[in-house]
Amino acid sequence: MPAVLLLREREYEVRVGITVRDALLQNDLQPEAVIPTRQGELITDDEIVKEGDRIRLVAVISGGCTSHACTPEHT
Amino acid sequence: MKCRKCGEKAVINMRQHKLALCKAHYLEWVPDQTARFIEAYRMFSVQDRILVAVSGGKDSLSLWHVLQRLGYACDGLYIGLGIDEGTAYSAESQRLSEAFAAQHGLNLTVVDVRELEGATIPEASRLTLRGQGKPCSVCGLTKRHIMNRVARDGGYDVLVTGHNLDDEAAVLFGNTLHWQVGYLMRQGPVLPASSEGFARKAKPFCRFYERETAAYALLQGIEYIYEECPHAAGAKSLYYKEILNRMETDRPGAKLQFYLEFLHAKEAGLFAQPSQPPDGLLHACESCGQPTSAPGQCAFCRTWDAVRARSAIPAVP
Repeated sequence: MPAVLLLREREYEVRVGITVRDALLQNDLQPEAVIPTRQGELITDDEIVKEGDRIRLVAVISGGCTSHACTPEHT
Repeated sequence: MKCRKCGEKAVINMRQHKLALCKAHYLEWVPDQTARFIEAYRMFSVQDRILVAVSGGKDSLSLWHVLQRLGYACDGLYIGLGIDEGTAYSAESQRLSEAFAAQHGLNLTVVDVRELEGATIPEASRLTLRGQGKPCSVCGLTKRHIMNRVARDGGYDVLVTGHNLDDEAAVLFGNTLHWQVGYLMRQGPVLPASSEGFARKAKPFCRFYERETAAYALLQGIEYIYEECPHAAGAKSLYYKEILNRMETDRPGAKLQFYLEFLHAKEAGLFAQPSQPPDGLLHACESCGQPTSAPGQCAFCRTWDAVRARSAIPAVP
Protein backbone atom coordinates (compact mmCIF):
# COMPACT_ATOMS: atom_id res chain seq x y z
CA MET A 1 0.00 0.00 0.00
CA PRO A 2 1.63 3.27 -1.11
CA ALA A 3 2.13 6.25 1.17
CA VAL A 4 0.78 9.67 0.24
CA LEU A 5 1.16 13.29 1.19
CA LEU A 6 -2.08 15.28 1.07
CA LEU A 7 -2.04 19.03 0.54
CA ARG A 8 -5.39 20.75 0.07
CA GLU A 9 -7.01 18.86 -2.84
CA ARG A 10 -3.82 17.20 -4.10
CA GLU A 11 -2.24 13.86 -3.31
CA TYR A 12 1.46 13.05 -3.79
CA GLU A 13 2.46 9.42 -3.84
CA VAL A 14 5.77 8.98 -2.02
CA ARG A 15 8.30 6.25 -1.31
CA VAL A 16 8.21 4.39 1.96
CA GLY A 17 11.33 4.48 4.15
CA ILE A 18 12.45 8.03 3.46
CA THR A 19 11.98 11.01 5.78
CA VAL A 20 8.98 13.28 5.45
CA ARG A 21 11.40 16.11 4.65
CA ASP A 22 12.89 14.18 1.73
CA ALA A 23 9.40 13.25 0.55
CA LEU A 24 8.48 16.94 0.53
CA LEU A 25 11.62 18.00 -1.29
CA GLN A 26 11.28 15.23 -3.90
CA ASN A 27 7.83 16.63 -4.72
CA ASP A 28 9.08 20.23 -4.83
CA LEU A 29 7.14 21.11 -1.68
CA GLN A 30 8.76 23.55 0.73
CA PRO A 31 9.20 22.13 4.24
CA GLU A 32 8.92 25.67 5.61
CA ALA A 33 5.52 26.18 4.03
CA VAL A 34 3.70 23.21 5.57
CA ILE A 35 3.18 21.36 8.84
CA PRO A 36 3.01 17.58 8.44
CA THR A 37 0.39 15.69 10.46
CA ARG A 38 -0.31 11.99 10.90
CA GLN A 39 -3.76 10.97 12.17
CA GLY A 40 -4.37 14.52 13.34
CA GLU A 41 -1.10 14.81 15.30
CA LEU A 42 1.75 17.13 14.33
CA ILE A 43 4.95 15.33 13.42
CA THR A 44 8.48 16.54 12.75
CA ASP A 45 9.84 16.16 9.25
CA ASP A 46 12.54 13.67 10.25
CA GLU A 47 9.80 11.04 10.71
CA ILE A 48 10.11 8.06 8.39
CA VAL A 49 7.29 7.55 5.88
CA LYS A 50 5.61 4.21 6.59
CA GLU A 51 3.63 1.79 4.45
CA GLY A 52 0.07 3.12 4.05
CA ASP A 53 0.85 6.51 5.58
CA ARG A 54 -1.52 9.34 4.73
CA ILE A 55 0.39 12.40 5.84
CA ARG A 56 -1.78 15.49 5.70
CA LEU A 57 0.08 18.75 5.17
CA VAL A 58 -1.29 21.93 6.70
CA ALA A 59 -0.39 24.90 4.50
CA VAL A 60 0.86 27.76 6.65
CA ILE A 61 1.64 30.57 4.24
CA SER A 62 -0.85 33.39 3.92
CA GLY A 63 -0.37 36.50 1.91
CA GLY A 64 -1.98 39.11 -0.25
CA CYS A 65 -3.38 42.10 1.54
CA THR A 66 -2.81 40.62 5.02
CA SER A 67 0.91 41.10 4.61
CA HIS A 68 0.76 44.82 4.21
CA ALA A 69 -2.34 45.43 6.28
CA CYS A 70 -0.33 47.48 8.66
CA THR A 71 2.58 48.78 6.68
CA PRO A 72 3.22 52.24 8.03
CA GLU A 73 2.02 53.93 4.90
CA HIS A 74 0.50 57.34 5.23
CA THR A 75 -3.08 57.60 4.17
CA MET B 1 13.04 13.58 17.33
CA LYS B 2 12.86 14.30 21.06
CA CYS B 3 11.81 17.41 22.95
CA ARG B 4 14.92 19.19 24.15
CA LYS B 5 13.31 19.98 27.50
CA CYS B 6 11.76 16.65 28.54
CA GLY B 7 12.78 14.00 26.02
CA GLU B 8 9.18 13.26 24.96
CA LYS B 9 8.29 13.00 21.29
CA ALA B 10 8.69 16.39 19.62
CA VAL B 11 5.86 17.90 17.53
CA ILE B 12 7.87 20.74 16.03
CA ASN B 13 11.48 21.27 15.07
CA MET B 14 12.70 24.84 14.66
CA ARG B 15 15.87 24.40 12.67
CA GLN B 16 16.86 28.06 12.96
CA HIS B 17 16.99 27.68 16.74
CA LYS B 18 18.19 24.03 16.73
CA LEU B 19 15.21 23.46 19.01
CA ALA B 20 12.65 20.66 18.95
CA LEU B 21 9.77 20.70 21.47
CA CYS B 22 6.86 18.52 22.54
CA LYS B 23 3.31 19.90 22.58
CA ALA B 24 3.33 20.94 26.24
CA HIS B 25 6.67 22.68 26.07
CA TYR B 26 5.88 24.36 22.74
CA LEU B 27 2.67 25.82 24.17
CA GLU B 28 4.75 27.28 27.01
CA TRP B 29 7.58 28.43 24.76
CA VAL B 30 5.41 30.63 22.49
CA PRO B 31 4.02 32.88 25.28
CA ASP B 32 7.46 33.02 26.94
CA GLN B 33 9.05 34.19 23.71
CA THR B 34 6.23 36.65 23.03
CA ALA B 35 6.72 38.19 26.48
CA ARG B 36 10.44 38.44 25.75
CA PHE B 37 9.84 40.25 22.42
CA ILE B 38 7.30 42.62 24.01
CA GLU B 39 9.87 43.58 26.61
CA ALA B 40 12.89 43.64 24.30
CA TYR B 41 11.22 46.07 21.89
CA ARG B 42 9.36 47.97 24.66
CA MET B 43 6.07 47.37 22.87
CA PHE B 44 3.66 47.95 25.75
CA SER B 45 3.11 47.20 29.43
CA VAL B 46 0.42 45.41 31.44
CA GLN B 47 -1.07 48.80 32.30
CA ASP B 48 -1.77 49.57 28.64
CA ARG B 49 -5.09 49.05 26.86
CA ILE B 50 -4.43 46.99 23.77
CA LEU B 51 -6.47 46.67 20.58
CA VAL B 52 -5.76 43.49 18.62
CA ALA B 53 -6.57 43.60 14.90
CA VAL B 54 -8.24 40.24 14.30
CA SER B 55 -8.82 38.68 10.90
CA GLY B 56 -9.96 35.18 11.89
CA GLY B 57 -6.61 33.81 10.71
CA LYS B 58 -4.02 31.78 12.62
CA ASP B 59 -1.72 34.70 13.42
CA SER B 60 -4.15 37.20 14.88
CA LEU B 61 -6.21 34.66 16.83
CA SER B 62 -3.05 33.04 18.22
CA LEU B 63 -1.73 36.47 19.18
CA TRP B 64 -4.96 37.38 20.95
CA HIS B 65 -4.84 34.02 22.75
CA VAL B 66 -1.24 34.51 23.87
CA LEU B 67 -1.77 38.10 25.02
CA GLN B 68 -4.75 37.19 27.20
CA ARG B 69 -2.76 34.25 28.59
CA LEU B 70 -0.01 36.69 29.50
CA GLY B 71 -2.53 38.83 31.37
CA TYR B 72 -2.78 41.81 29.03
CA ALA B 73 -6.03 43.78 28.79
CA CYS B 74 -6.79 43.36 25.12
CA ASP B 75 -9.90 43.84 23.04
CA GLY B 76 -10.29 42.71 19.44
CA LEU B 77 -11.24 44.56 16.27
CA TYR B 78 -12.65 42.70 13.30
CA ILE B 79 -13.19 44.57 10.03
CA GLY B 80 -15.83 43.05 7.74
CA LEU B 81 -14.55 43.54 4.22
CA GLY B 82 -17.36 41.84 2.31
CA ILE B 83 -15.08 39.44 0.43
CA ASP B 84 -17.66 36.75 -0.09
CA GLU B 85 -17.82 36.18 -3.82
CA GLY B 86 -18.79 32.52 -3.78
CA THR B 87 -16.39 31.69 -0.95
CA ALA B 88 -18.03 33.25 2.15
CA TYR B 89 -14.48 34.23 3.11
CA SER B 90 -15.39 37.32 5.16
CA ALA B 91 -18.51 35.76 6.65
CA GLU B 92 -16.53 32.75 7.85
CA SER B 93 -13.65 34.91 9.14
CA GLN B 94 -16.12 36.97 11.16
CA ARG B 95 -17.87 33.88 12.51
CA LEU B 96 -14.55 32.43 13.69
CA SER B 97 -13.45 35.72 15.26
CA GLU B 98 -16.74 36.09 17.10
CA ALA B 99 -16.68 32.45 18.23
CA PHE B 100 -13.13 32.88 19.57
CA ALA B 101 -14.09 36.06 21.47
CA ALA B 102 -17.17 34.38 22.97
CA GLN B 103 -15.23 31.26 23.95
CA HIS B 104 -12.59 33.27 25.79
CA GLY B 105 -14.87 36.00 27.17
CA LEU B 106 -13.14 38.75 25.19
CA ASN B 107 -14.57 41.96 23.73
CA LEU B 108 -14.69 42.18 19.95
CA THR B 109 -15.64 45.29 18.01
CA VAL B 110 -16.94 44.54 14.53
CA VAL B 111 -16.80 47.23 11.87
CA ASP B 112 -18.54 46.42 8.62
CA VAL B 113 -17.12 48.37 5.71
CA ARG B 114 -20.32 48.18 3.68
CA GLU B 115 -22.44 49.51 6.55
CA LEU B 116 -19.89 52.23 7.22
CA GLU B 117 -18.97 53.35 3.72
CA GLY B 118 -21.71 51.97 1.48
CA ALA B 119 -19.80 49.33 -0.47
CA THR B 120 -17.76 46.19 0.08
CA ILE B 121 -14.05 46.12 -0.69
CA PRO B 122 -14.49 44.22 -3.98
CA GLU B 123 -17.26 46.65 -5.04
CA ALA B 124 -15.09 49.64 -4.11
CA SER B 125 -12.11 48.29 -6.01
CA ARG B 126 -14.21 48.03 -9.16
CA LEU B 127 -15.29 51.65 -8.80
CA THR B 128 -11.91 53.24 -8.26
CA LEU B 129 -8.69 53.38 -10.17
CA ARG B 130 -6.72 52.66 -7.01
CA GLY B 131 -5.12 49.26 -7.37
CA GLN B 132 -6.32 48.93 -10.97
CA GLY B 133 -9.07 46.46 -10.18
CA LYS B 134 -7.07 44.49 -7.59
CA PRO B 135 -8.81 44.92 -4.22
CA CYS B 136 -5.66 44.61 -2.07
CA SER B 137 -4.76 48.28 -2.34
CA VAL B 138 -8.21 49.56 -1.32
CA CYS B 139 -8.36 46.83 1.33
CA GLY B 140 -5.05 47.79 2.93
CA LEU B 141 -5.87 51.48 2.83
CA THR B 142 -9.30 50.92 4.39
CA LYS B 143 -8.06 48.58 7.11
CA ARG B 144 -5.24 50.92 8.14
CA HIS B 145 -7.66 53.85 8.33
CA ILE B 146 -10.32 52.00 10.35
CA MET B 147 -7.78 50.37 12.68
CA ASN B 148 -6.25 53.74 13.46
CA ARG B 149 -9.63 55.39 13.96
CA VAL B 150 -10.94 52.69 16.31
CA ALA B 151 -7.68 52.64 18.28
CA ARG B 152 -7.69 56.41 18.64
CA ASP B 153 -11.42 56.88 19.34
CA GLY B 154 -11.44 53.97 21.78
CA GLY B 155 -8.57 55.42 23.80
CA TYR B 156 -6.32 52.41 23.24
CA ASP B 157 -2.63 52.78 24.01
CA VAL B 158 -1.48 50.48 21.26
CA LEU B 159 -2.79 48.68 18.20
CA VAL B 160 -1.25 45.24 17.72
CA THR B 161 -1.29 43.08 14.63
CA GLY B 162 -0.39 39.42 14.09
CA HIS B 163 2.37 40.00 11.56
CA ASN B 164 4.87 37.14 11.75
CA LEU B 165 8.48 36.99 10.63
CA ASP B 166 7.59 35.70 7.17
CA ASP B 167 5.30 38.71 6.68
CA GLU B 168 8.00 41.08 7.88
CA ALA B 169 10.77 39.44 5.85
CA ALA B 170 8.61 39.51 2.70
CA VAL B 171 7.81 43.21 3.13
CA LEU B 172 11.47 43.89 3.84
CA PHE B 173 12.51 41.92 0.77
CA GLY B 174 10.10 43.86 -1.46
CA ASN B 175 11.07 47.23 -0.02
CA THR B 176 14.77 46.38 -0.40
CA LEU B 177 14.35 45.28 -4.01
CA HIS B 178 12.83 48.64 -4.79
CA TRP B 179 14.93 50.64 -2.31
CA GLN B 180 11.86 52.11 -0.68
CA VAL B 181 13.91 53.92 1.93
CA GLY B 182 10.91 55.67 3.46
CA TYR B 183 9.20 52.35 4.12
CA LEU B 184 12.42 50.72 5.30
CA MET B 185 12.91 53.48 7.86
CA ARG B 186 9.47 52.89 9.31
CA GLN B 187 9.49 49.09 9.32
CA GLY B 188 10.04 47.51 12.70
CA PRO B 189 8.44 45.75 15.66
CA VAL B 190 7.06 49.04 16.98
CA LEU B 191 5.85 52.19 15.30
CA PRO B 192 5.47 55.00 17.85
CA ALA B 193 2.33 57.09 18.04
CA SER B 194 2.61 60.38 16.23
CA SER B 195 1.46 63.72 17.56
CA GLU B 196 -0.63 64.10 14.40
CA GLY B 197 -2.87 61.19 15.33
CA PHE B 198 -1.34 57.86 14.29
CA ALA B 199 -1.84 55.26 17.01
CA ARG B 200 1.13 53.35 18.39
CA LYS B 201 1.50 50.01 16.60
CA ALA B 202 3.28 46.84 17.64
CA LYS B 203 3.86 43.37 16.22
CA PRO B 204 4.54 40.95 19.09
CA PHE B 205 4.80 37.93 16.73
CA CYS B 206 7.36 39.55 14.43
CA ARG B 207 10.06 37.00 15.31
CA PHE B 208 7.98 33.84 14.95
CA TYR B 209 8.06 31.95 11.68
CA GLU B 210 4.71 31.49 10.01
CA ARG B 211 4.76 27.74 10.62
CA GLU B 212 5.27 28.44 14.33
CA THR B 213 2.14 30.57 14.65
CA ALA B 214 0.21 27.96 12.68
CA ALA B 215 1.57 25.21 14.95
CA TYR B 216 0.48 27.18 18.01
CA ALA B 217 -3.07 27.53 16.65
CA LEU B 218 -3.27 23.83 15.74
CA LEU B 219 -1.85 22.58 19.04
CA GLN B 220 -3.97 24.99 21.06
CA GLY B 221 -7.09 23.93 19.17
CA ILE B 222 -7.82 27.42 17.87
CA GLU B 223 -10.25 27.24 14.97
CA TYR B 224 -9.05 29.66 12.30
CA ILE B 225 -9.84 30.35 8.67
CA TYR B 226 -7.68 28.00 6.67
CA GLU B 227 -8.67 29.18 3.23
CA GLU B 228 -6.67 31.98 1.71
CA CYS B 229 -8.27 35.29 0.76
CA PRO B 230 -9.50 34.70 -2.83
CA HIS B 231 -7.68 37.85 -3.94
CA ALA B 232 -4.29 36.72 -2.60
CA ALA B 233 -3.52 34.52 -5.60
CA GLY B 234 -0.54 35.96 -7.44
CA ALA B 235 0.27 38.43 -4.66
CA LYS B 236 3.86 39.60 -4.61
CA SER B 237 4.12 38.88 -0.90
CA LEU B 238 3.49 35.17 -1.57
CA TYR B 239 6.15 35.17 -4.26
CA TYR B 240 8.67 36.77 -1.90
CA LYS B 241 7.80 34.31 0.85
CA GLU B 242 8.43 31.42 -1.52
CA ILE B 243 11.85 32.78 -2.46
CA LEU B 244 12.75 33.32 1.20
CA ASN B 245 11.56 29.82 2.11
CA ARG B 246 13.80 28.33 -0.58
CA MET B 247 16.72 30.10 1.07
CA GLU B 248 15.55 28.93 4.48
CA THR B 249 15.44 25.32 3.34
CA ASP B 250 19.11 25.48 2.32
CA ARG B 251 20.25 27.75 5.14
CA PRO B 252 18.17 27.45 8.32
CA GLY B 253 17.88 30.86 9.95
CA ALA B 254 18.24 32.85 6.72
CA LYS B 255 14.88 34.61 7.14
CA LEU B 256 15.45 35.43 10.78
CA GLN B 257 18.95 36.71 10.09
CA PHE B 258 17.71 38.87 7.21
CA TYR B 259 15.16 40.57 9.46
CA LEU B 260 17.28 40.87 12.61
CA GLU B 261 20.32 42.18 10.76
CA PHE B 262 18.07 44.76 9.13
CA LEU B 263 16.88 45.90 12.57
CA HIS B 264 20.49 46.08 13.78
CA ALA B 265 21.54 48.06 10.72
CA LYS B 266 18.66 50.47 11.21
CA GLU B 267 19.55 50.85 14.88
CA ALA B 268 23.15 51.55 13.88
CA GLY B 269 22.00 54.38 11.60
CA LEU B 270 22.25 52.76 8.17
CA PHE B 271 19.24 54.74 7.06
CA ALA B 272 19.90 58.44 7.60
CA GLN B 273 17.06 60.58 8.82
CA PRO B 274 15.85 62.90 6.07
CA SER B 275 16.32 66.60 6.72
CA GLN B 276 12.63 66.82 7.52
CA PRO B 277 11.06 63.81 9.27
CA PRO B 278 8.07 62.27 7.43
CA ASP B 279 5.71 63.07 10.30
CA GLY B 280 6.62 66.73 9.94
CA LEU B 281 4.79 66.78 6.63
CA LEU B 282 1.54 65.47 8.05
CA HIS B 283 -1.61 67.46 8.59
CA ALA B 284 -5.22 66.63 9.42
CA CYS B 285 -7.43 65.42 6.57
CA GLU B 286 -10.05 68.10 5.87
CA SER B 287 -12.81 65.47 5.87
CA CYS B 288 -12.04 62.95 8.62
CA GLY B 289 -9.29 64.63 10.63
CA GLN B 290 -6.90 61.69 10.44
CA PRO B 291 -3.28 62.52 9.62
CA THR B 292 -2.27 62.55 6.00
CA SER B 293 0.65 63.67 3.90
CA ALA B 294 -1.62 64.43 0.93
CA PRO B 295 -2.92 67.97 0.50
CA GLY B 296 -6.60 68.37 1.44
CA GLN B 297 -8.23 65.00 1.85
CA CYS B 298 -6.47 61.78 2.89
CA ALA B 299 -6.29 58.88 0.44
CA PHE B 300 -9.04 57.01 2.31
CA CYS B 301 -11.56 59.85 2.03
CA ARG B 302 -10.62 60.57 -1.59
CA THR B 303 -11.00 56.92 -2.52
CA TRP B 304 -14.33 56.36 -0.78
CA ASP B 305 -15.78 59.68 -1.99
CA ALA B 306 -14.92 58.56 -5.52
CA VAL B 307 -16.55 55.17 -4.91
CA ARG B 308 -19.73 56.82 -3.65
CA ALA B 309 -19.79 59.30 -6.54
CA ARG B 310 -19.50 56.51 -9.09
CA SER B 311 -22.09 54.29 -7.46
CA ALA B 312 -24.49 57.06 -6.38
CA ILE B 313 -24.26 56.01 -2.73
CA PRO B 314 -25.21 58.87 -0.39
CA ALA B 315 -22.23 60.59 1.20
CA VAL B 316 -21.30 59.70 4.76
CA PRO B 317 -22.54 62.55 6.99
